[in-house]
Amino acid sequence: MAIYVDIKKKMGDFELKVKFEAGHETLALLGDSGCGKSMTLRCIAGIMTPDEGVIRINDHLVFDSEKKINIRPQDRHVGFLFQNYALFPNMTVLENIMVGLERQGKQSKAYRAEEAGKYVEALHLSGLEDHYPSQLSGGQQQRTALARILASKPEILLLDEPFSALDAALRWEMEQVVRNTIKEFDGSTLLVSHNRDEVYRLSDKVAVYLNGHIDAFDEKWKLFADPHTAAAARLTGCKNISKAHVEGRKIVADEWGIAFDLPREGFWQAIGLRAHDFRLCQEGAPYSFAYEVTDRIEDTFSYIISIRPQGVVDSPVIRWELDKAEGVKVPDQGFCCVSKEKVMLLTQ
Amino acid sequence: MQQIWDIAKSFDWSPFWISLKTGIVATIICFFLGLWAARQVLRCGPKTRAFVDSILTLPMVLAPTVSGFFLLLLFSLRRPLGAWLYESFNIKVVQTWLGCIIAASVIAFPLMYRNARAAFEQVDPDLVYAARTLGMSETKLFWRVVMPAAGPGVASATVLTFARALGEYGATSMLAGNIAGKTGTISQRIANVIKDGDYLTAGVWVIIMMIMALIIMVAINLISGGKSHRQNRW
Repeated sequence: MAIYVDIKKKMGDFELKVKFEAGHETLALLGDSGCGKSMTLRCIAGIMTPDEGVIRINDHLVFDSEKKINIRPQDRHVGFLFQNYALFPNMTVLENIMVGLERQGKQSKAYRAEEAGKYVEALHLSGLEDHYPSQLSGGQQQRTALARILASKPEILLLDEPFSALDAALRWEMEQVVRNTIKEFDGSTLLVSHNRDEVYRLSDKVAVYLNGHIDAFDEKWKLFADPHTAAAARLTGCKNISKAHVEGRKIVADEWGIAFDLPREGFWQAIGLRAHDFRLCQEGAPYSFAYEVTDRIEDTFSYIISIRPQGVVDSPVIRWELDKAEGVKVPDQGFCCVSKEKVMLLTQ
Repeated sequence: MQQIWDIAKSFDWSPFWISLKTGIVATIICFFLGLWAARQVLRCGPKTRAFVDSILTLPMVLAPTVSGFFLLLLFSLRRPLGAWLYESFNIKVVQTWLGCIIAASVIAFPLMYRNARAAFEQVDPDLVYAARTLGMSETKLFWRVVMPAAGPGVASATVLTFARALGEYGATSMLAGNIAGKTGTISQRIANVIKDGDYLTAGVWVIIMMIMALIIMVAINLISGGKSHRQNRW
C-alpha cells in the first residue's frame, strides 16, 4: 500500500482517531471544517505529531509511536499543497520552485535554475519567473505552489482544500490543472475537501470524516450511490434526510410522517432522498407520497421546490430540484415518488 | 550666539563617541542574544514560556537603578564572579567601558527580545511548514524564510534597541560610573553639567540627543511602513 495511516491525536475536547490505507490512487477526505481532515494531512507530513499510531508512506515507516520513530518533515518526501499556498513572499516564482530542489543536495545555481525552468514550463508559468507571489493571481500562485511541490519529487501528494481560496471562474481552471497533475503523478494523492462535486470529479475513493473519525469509506461511485450513514449522505450532498425506523415490512420516515415498502432488510435508522430523484406520479405508485408545495425558488438553471407530505404540518421541508421546464409543471398539490434503488437506507 | 560658538570650539565630544560605541556594541550583542532567546522561548510550552518571558522582560519594567544594583552585586570585585573574572582573565567590569556595554545591553535586551518575538509570532507558520516539507534545513529556513518574513519587525526592534542603549543612564551610572573620556556617556554628561548649573552645555547635548532620537524614529517608520504595498489612507 502506498499510504497507511492509523493514528490517534487528542487536542482539547477533540479527538482524531483514523485508520485507512490507499494505493496509487486518489483518496478524498470529505467532511465539514474542523473534523480532522487537515490534521490528518499534517500528521502525515510531519508538521503535527500524533499521540500514538503508525504512518507508512510507500513502505517507509515515517511514524511509529511504539518504536519511537518520528521522521522529520524534511525527510518524509511529501508534497503538501497548503490552502493559502504558503509561497515565500521574498522569493520570485523561480526561486520558490528552486526551493523544491533543495533535497537534491548541493547543485550549482545554473543547474537548479534550469531544473526549475522545466516545472515553470510544465505549469504554464513562462514569463512569470521573476515575479513575486504578491504580483500573481490566485491561479498563478497555485500553479507556482504545485510546481514547487513537483520539483521536490514527492512520494505522495497532500492537497489541503486546494480550491477554497479561488473565485468560481478560476476554480474550474485550476481543478483541471490539479486533475492533470494527479493523473500524471505516480503515487497516492490525498485530497481534503468539503465540496462533494470536486471530490466526485477528482477522486477514486472517499473517506467521510465525522468529528475526528472516518464515518464511511468506499469507492466514490459506491459511496455516492449508497452512503451507508446519515452523515455520509449529508456530506455527499443529500438534502433530504429523516430519522426512520423499520416497522414490519415498512420503513417509516419519522420526521416526514410517511412510510415506504422496505427495499432491503436491515437495521435502518434514517432515510435519505436526493433532491434530484423525485418524479411526479400517480396515486398509489410505489415509493410515492402526496405532497403540497410550500415554496418555489427559481435558481439559475433549475427550480428548487420546497414540499412537505400533505397533512404533516410539522414536517421539515423536503427539497426537490428539477429543470426549469419541468419545474413549472409541478402542481401545488399532487403525488411524487422516487425509484426503489434511489431510496437511501442509512444508519446514524 | 557668541556663547554657543565658544562652547562649540572647546567642546568635549568624548561623550558622543562613548555613547555611540556603547550603543553599537550593545545592539550587536542584543541582536543575536535577543533573536536566539525569542526563538527558544517560542519553542517552550506555555508555562515555561510565561516564566522565562517574565525573567527576560524584567530589566524593562524594573527601575534601571535596580538592574544596576544587581549588576554591581554580580560584577563587583568583592563578589565571587567579579573577583574570578578579574583574577583569571584580568577583566574588570565596574568603572570601565565594558561596564557601559553590559549595563546598556541588559537594559536594552528586553526591547530586542520582545519585539523580535512579536515579529516571529507574526510569521505565517505555514511558510515554515512548507519550507520543512520541501526539505529545507532548520538553519536555512530561519535565515531564508523566517527572517525575511519577520524582517521589518526585527529591524525596527534593532533600531529601538540601539536607541535605548544609546540613552541608558541609571544602570550605567551605577555599574560603569561617570569617568570622563572613559565611561562618561551623553546622558551622564547632561546630568553632570546640570548639577553644576551649566544649562548651556546641557542644552547642546539635549539637542544632539533629540536629533539622534528623531533620526532613529524616522528610520523605524521607514522600515516598518516603507515596504508595505498598501496605499490605504483615511
